Amino acid sequence: MDLNFTPAEEEFRSEVRSFLEARLPRRLAEKVRLGRTLTKADHEEWHAILNERGWLAGNWPTAYGGAGWSAVERHIFEEEMTKAHAPRIVPFGIAMLGPVLQQFGSKEQKDQYLPRILTGADWWCQGYSEPGAGSDLASIKTSAVRDGDHYVVNGQKTWTTLGQHANMIFCLVRTSSTPKPQEGISFLLVDMKSPGVTVRPIVLIDGEPEVNEVFFDNVRVPVENLVGEENKGWTYAKYLLTHERTNIAGVGFAQAGLEQLKRVARSELHNGRPLIENPHFAARIARVSIDLMAMATTNLRVLSGTASGQAPGAESSMLKIKGTQIRQEINALTRIAVGPYAMPFVSEALEEGWNGEPVGPDYAMPATAAYFNNRKLSIFGGSSEIQRSIISKTILGLS
Amino acid sequence: MNFEPTEERRMMQDALRRFLSNSVTPARREAAESSTAGFDRETWAGLAELGVIGALFPEARGGYGGSGFDIAAVFEEMGRAGAIEPLLDTGVLAGGLLMELGGDARQGLVEQVIGGELQLALAHAEPASRYDLSRVTTRAERSGDTYVLNGRKSVVVNAPAADLLLVSARMAGGANDADGICLFLVDPAASGLALRDYPLSGGGRGAELDLRNVAVAADALIGAEGAAYPALVHAHARATTAICAEAVGLMDRIRVLTTDYLKTRKQFGQPIGKFQALQHRMADMLTEIEQARSALINLAGHLDGPETERDVHVAATKNLISRVCALVVEESIQMHGGIGMTMEYELGHLAKRLTMTDHRFGDGLYHLERFISLAVA
Ligand SMILES: Cc1cc2nc3c(=O)[nH]c(=O)nc-3n(C[C@H](O)[C@H](O)[C@H](O)COP(=O)(O)OP(=O)(O)OC[C@H]3O[C@@H](n4cnc5c(N)ncnc54)[C@H](O)[C@@H]3O)c2cc1C
Repeated sequence: MDLNFTPAEEEFRSEVRSFLEARLPRRLAEKVRLGRTLTKADHEEWHAILNERGWLAGNWPTAYGGAGWSAVERHIFEEEMTKAHAPRIVPFGIAMLGPVLQQFGSKEQKDQYLPRILTGADWWCQGYSEPGAGSDLASIKTSAVRDGDHYVVNGQKTWTTLGQHANMIFCLVRTSSTPKPQEGISFLLVDMKSPGVTVRPIVLIDGEPEVNEVFFDNVRVPVENLVGEENKGWTYAKYLLTHERTNIAGVGFAQAGLEQLKRVARSELHNGRPLIENPHFAARIARVSIDLMAMATTNLRVLSGTASGQAPGAESSMLKIKGTQIRQEINALTRIAVGPYAMPFVSEALEEGWNGEPVGPDYAMPATAAYFNNRKLSIFGGSSEIQRSIISKTILGLS
Repeated sequence: MNFEPTEERRMMQDALRRFLSNSVTPARREAAESSTAGFDRETWAGLAELGVIGALFPEARGGYGGSGFDIAAVFEEMGRAGAIEPLLDTGVLAGGLLMELGGDARQGLVEQVIGGELQLALAHAEPASRYDLSRVTTRAERSGDTYVLNGRKSVVVNAPAADLLLVSARMAGGANDADGICLFLVDPAASGLALRDYPLSGGGRGAELDLRNVAVAADALIGAEGAAYPALVHAHARATTAICAEAVGLMDRIRVLTTDYLKTRKQFGQPIGKFQALQHRMADMLTEIEQARSALINLAGHLDGPETERDVHVAATKNLISRVCALVVEESIQMHGGIGMTMEYELGHLAKRLTMTDHRFGDGLYHLERFISLAVA
């Protein structure tokens, strides 16, 4: 047992830190710190800076232009990124599609799409969920029917995060109706500018149109956009989901959130004294801090058992459940900490170019928005209930 | 013991429920939320016509009720409908203070409130007061036959629509003294008064008030000089009853909505309500909501009794309901999945409004400490 990072890892950390000090635009860090909505251009700007340094795709092998980091290095990088209030890396191309194409894509697909993910020429979104297929993903209905050199796609995807920015969507589609629903699914890449694709935004309870519905009406997709084999999409989809689950613990986010919570609790007054000095409130901060300290180690225990470029197994379900509980508790405490100023809701204040004075302290409104928005953490990427089922079946053998 | 509502109160509650279910539709609510008033004027007029505003006042002052159970019955229905009309601010809080301190001179205004013709807002809280009722730094000074007010008021709910503001200010004592606080009736258009208004999460509108040398006539003072504090505490006890009842109504509605959703939403070939993991949590949610209802009954029943008992129940009930609200918001969204996170579905508004009840008249922590000092220590 050695709880310390190796000297090489510590050196890596300071390298990341000085890079962030030098290259993270102050404007972007400020927006992240204040909980403002990042525009597409903001994300693209930050991706380009990281890509120039070769650090955009920490999880990709160097052969594909990635950094080839170990799981621990990725963790260090994430931790420093969140500490510095860097925008998160948009996951759809880098964390999700990239690994699938590298593992299962054709040479042409790798050559065509991987560089464009790095340069930002393509913005991908994830077309898995449908109105009738959420937790039960295998029940998707969107169909792709072969017609000469094309598939004709009909159906609907939903909850598509940032689909409004995307020009490409990777979809799970039904290519055959087999008794076992998993066996008739294929993984298809669709150009969103194709005729017949419509995107409709959905406003969430924090007031932001973060997700979308995507409709497909006789959309013609060239057959070369099929990833791997027809009807084998479920295997690729699951592979993707395990990669989606790396960094699922969100330890860096929780640490940044905890710092913000303490800042708020230091400046809010309760009975004329800083709220953080109140023993009842301090006890709640202490409890979540203690949980987070153990979580950081649980996370590293799982990660250090994970080889470079690989994804952790069913243990990641524990990381997701516990990491989510911790982050949601921090969000709840921050909302409570802001007091009556949690009530004003000026939605424009989260947008680009808003120059108004905030109502109350500048941290107040983003705190309420984050409390509502982060309810999603226990719903998407496999809900907490689904993760519990995975743990009890896969690890405990209870089924 | 008898936990049945009186026949009269039950009839009023039924009529109110019918009225609100017809008039508080998502489309009208959304239109109202983006209007300058922040609520639906037609619904407001309907509430007055039904006698709902009057139910918040005793007969001696032109109303038909005014007790803790009347307030609870009305606001439970407001909550169930997800209504955003400022009945609490105009009727219970500012209206209640006018009734208590205004005497015969203000009876006309009380009657206008009951008739639905007058909107009010209480401007009491300040940027640094959080939930403390005695922390007032806005100053009032006597100058000839006027009072001159200076200071800032924060998150004044319903100020943008108010015809009159009830503003608290200090004439004597330190920032946190109970003595020395006065209440003034102020015209929102008074010179020196700047109002910055904004929408509130969960509906309605509020404002920040900046008062710079706002001069009001001597008869704008409501009640005796420096003696408003006990009335403010009483009005906040009534307002806490109202918001706790609203929370119980909201939670009832959310519980029904979630149960229905669990019965109809299918995943893995069956209604998700068949999964025991969710069944048990719905059972817990119901149990907690019933606890909240009992706490509300405790509070309503002690509201008009001795002050010390009343205050223990204010603290106990608001603390318990604060905890149950968080549970109901978080669990109902979770059990809905993605649909629970959108504003396109009824739960979105209800969950936001329910969450905001924790930010008025003291949150769980505030009332935990009140309870400790009143009943534990
Ligand atoms: C903000 C946000 C962003 C998203 N982004 C994307 C995206 O970019 N692309 C994409 O494809 N999808 C996305 N999703 C969709 C997400 O993956 C689904 O919401 C998720 O899979 C849950 O599905 P559902 O919403 O249909 O809920 P349901 O599956 O209907 O679940 C409802 C409730 O039932 C529970 N439940 C279901 N089955 C069981 C069971 N067997 N046992 C016990 N409980 C069960 C669930 O845990 C949940 O509490 C996003 C969702 C959100 C909220």
